[in-house]
Amino acid sequence: MSSEPEVSWEIARSKPASFYSTYERKDELQHATHYCPGCGHGIIHKMLAQAIDDLGIQDRTVLISPVGCSVFAYYYFDVGNVQAAHGRAPAVATAVKRSRPGSVVIAYQGDGDLSAIGSAEILHAANRGEALTVIFVNNAIYSMTGGQMAPTTLMGQTSTTSPQGRGAHEGYPLHVSELLATLEAPVYIERVGLGDNKQIAQAARAVRRALDNQVRGLGFSLVEILSPCPTIWKMTPVEAQHWVRDVMEGTFPLGVLRDRTQSAQSDAVPAPPPLLSAVPRILGIAKTGLPAEPSAVGAAPDLNLQVRMAGFGGQGVLLIGEVLAEAGLDAGLEVSWLPSYGPEMRSGTSNCHVRLARELIDSPLVAHPDVLVAMNEPSVRKFCAMVRAGGWILYNGETLPEDCDWKDVHVLARPFTRIAKDLGDARAANMVMLGALLEIAGNLPRTSIESALGRLVRNPRWLALDEAALASGRKLMREACAEANHAS
Amino acid sequence: MPKQLMKGNEAIVKSAILAGCRGFYGYPITPASEITEAAAAWMPQVGGVFLQAESEVAAINMLYGAASAGVRCMTASSGPGISLMQEGISYMAGAELPCVIADITRGGPGLGNIASEQSDYHQVVKGGGHGNYRTLVLAPHSVQEMADLTALSFELADRYRNPVVLLADGFIGQMMEPVEFPQSATEPCLPRWAVAGTAESRGNAITSMHLDTDKLESHVRQLEAKYFIAEQREVRAEDWHTEGAEIVLVGYGIVARILKGVAAEARAAGLPVGVLRPITLYPFPALHFQRLAPRARVFLVVEMSNGQMLEDVRLALNGARPVEFLNRMGGNAPTHHEVLEAVRELARRHLPALPAEEEWIVHV
Repeated sequence: MSSEPEVSWEIARSKPASFYSTYERKDELQHATHYCPGCGHGIIHKMLAQAIDDLGIQDRTVLISPVGCSVFAYYYFDVGNVQAAHGRAPAVATAVKRSRPGSVVIAYQGDGDLSAIGSAEILHAANRGEALTVIFVNNAIYSMTGGQMAPTTLMGQTSTTSPQGRGAHEGYPLHVSELLATLEAPVYIERVGLGDNKQIAQAARAVRRALDNQVRGLGFSLVEILSPCPTIWKMTPVEAQHWVRDVMEGTFPLGVLRDRTQSAQSDAVPAPPPLLSAVPRILGIAKTGLPAEPSAVGAAPDLNLQVRMAGFGGQGVLLIGEVLAEAGLDAGLEVSWLPSYGPEMRSGTSNCHVRLARELIDSPLVAHPDVLVAMNEPSVRKFCAMVRAGGWILYNGETLPEDCDWKDVHVLARPFTRIAKDLGDARAANMVMLGALLEIAGNLPRTSIESALGRLVRNPRWLALDEAALASGRKLMREACAEANHAS
Repeated sequence: MPKQLMKGNEAIVKSAILAGCRGFYGYPITPASEITEAAAAWMPQVGGVFLQAESEVAAINMLYGAASAGVRCMTASSGPGISLMQEGISYMAGAELPCVIADITRGGPGLGNIASEQSDYHQVVKGGGHGNYRTLVLAPHSVQEMADLTALSFELADRYRNPVVLLADGFIGQMMEPVEFPQSATEPCLPRWAVAGTAESRGNAITSMHLDTDKLESHVRQLEAKYFIAEQREVRAEDWHTEGAEIVLVGYGIVARILKGVAAEARAAGLPVGVLRPITLYPFPALHFQRLAPRARVFLVVEMSNGQMLEDVRLALNGARPVEFLNRMGGNAPTHHEVLEAVRELARRHLPALPAEEEWIVHV
């Protein structure tokens, strides 16, 4: 025997560095993957890992594993790994990417995951143009759960849940990539296959491109990969590969569906966040920005007032409640303001509960008001019986409706809307009524009211009108009291 | 001390930002929308992320992503939206991810209405999602507590690596009261387990999956151990004039405010009435109840639900004392008057040594 010739060889492609050398997160057989012979995931994993290596982004990469056979992607990829709920990978990926813009985030999803349960999440992530890379592995069936029908199952294809073959009643194969390609935002969408070596080479280029787009900050990229599943399809690996090329491709044609890679702009670098010390000021809660002391001099006034204000939505009952509460706070009192309104944006009824007191307020709900401000008839009917004996009803009308139960209660019924109209704008009726109320709450300092009004009414024209309306309301109340005293 | 008049819903967002929250992912729903709107206004100004999700399902999964990346994050919703989030809450508890969820409750079941109810107690406190997990639940009863308990929620979420729910009714969310905030903001450090897209965090993996039965069991036992520590350390409740109380009123949220008003009036009339207000609904303040049981003659639980917390009160007392129940539903709050009437009735039945009723009414 002659001596064997000396052979020199080198490994053209070793295992990508982005794979773990042994799969320690796996319980058994840590040198091999859990994928079946002939499964497309192994090929796709390798092209993805190779692209990560080539682009030098292993440290920055975060891989989102879905539910499905690739749920264990984190066994294999030596990158940051997040396992997500069924179909939700695009939502999870969205927030990882937005939280860490420097990361490279890959959502790796199967067809059941992406096109059925996760159809909303992928649609909206694509529509927002999230700067993600989505690897969409389409094998036309639910494999991990044992071969049920997917939205991508071909017409006539049998599955455990379409045993007679998929018919029109089960819907038609969903072309997700084509659907997503109708959106404005996506940068790159391509469908590739693993049907033969030529297709595989193209698939590897597409995966790399989709990743490179993200590295360049270009936006949403998705690669759909038609992938064999010999076990569930009940074929040999070779038959399965041919089926991808000869059958699947007929329903899902390969090709580029969207390519804006040339024209897309890379994302602007986000501005640095403000200094932590500036945050209270930005939020408007820095004490230096608040009125330092109550504008009223001395101790809080002796006032314990419970008010109910009600009217149509748009009449401004919530606003006058707020002015009253703000004024009370300014005067050093404890206050509460609680609104109650229907779902209508306009014309519904609305009312609020306002309390001012020197003591801590227990319940902000006002069951028995000292004063009811009723800006319309339904409100006075609804609330008049609640007013405590000796209290006041201020009503926007000439007289109270006859059937109102208002025993032992003072009443000021005036056409406040008309009075406000005479002052310049019917919409100031609420302020005229507030003026009348403030005359009852006489020891609430005027400075506090002015200061509250100034904070809440920013338009100078309205402020002037509202001040006039308040004065008019006060005067009405004083006159009414004088008349009552005179009469008695 | 200068305070600001503010809605509870707005106070949540400002407090969250001060506590280092830099991610808000939400979907609009009445009566929680002001929280989402305030987050939209403020979060970008402090360099945080605000994103309106396509659904509550997506929103909670976005929290899953943001929390995985090591960012303090929150969402806000109400009953129907919280129902949709339960899947994600289970995943977050399983993967031990911190987040804060504000549930500003409304009326149910189904679409119900937009008025305040407390009928989310079961789905929030008992964990509406699948699997062996708990959420920590805090129940504010004032705008100041909306701020304070939000900050605490973020601390607890990080401490226990678990979702924390701030459970408030629509009243507390919508009402305005004076509030003051801490004058400094926190910047939490990046958790060592986070997946942040960096060399240091490359080996980290977030998952809720444990295929091996023994491993999953051991994982769940670890969660249980964590919850046990929370039960020892994080219980909070307010005892409001409960010393010597023979009638103990029990309620949380807006109901507790009503109860304080009633108890104040009853006490002024010489009745030994106090209020026990659970602040943490999980862990439930069972010991507080047991402490009061020897002296108390009866507990009255008041809820805006069909008696959901009532079950926990009965478990805590374990038959030691009678537990009565008064409730309103559909968006109605129990009135001062009806609770007071119930207290009077309980006094008649359980406090035989009371002065003659006529005398008492004169006092009122």
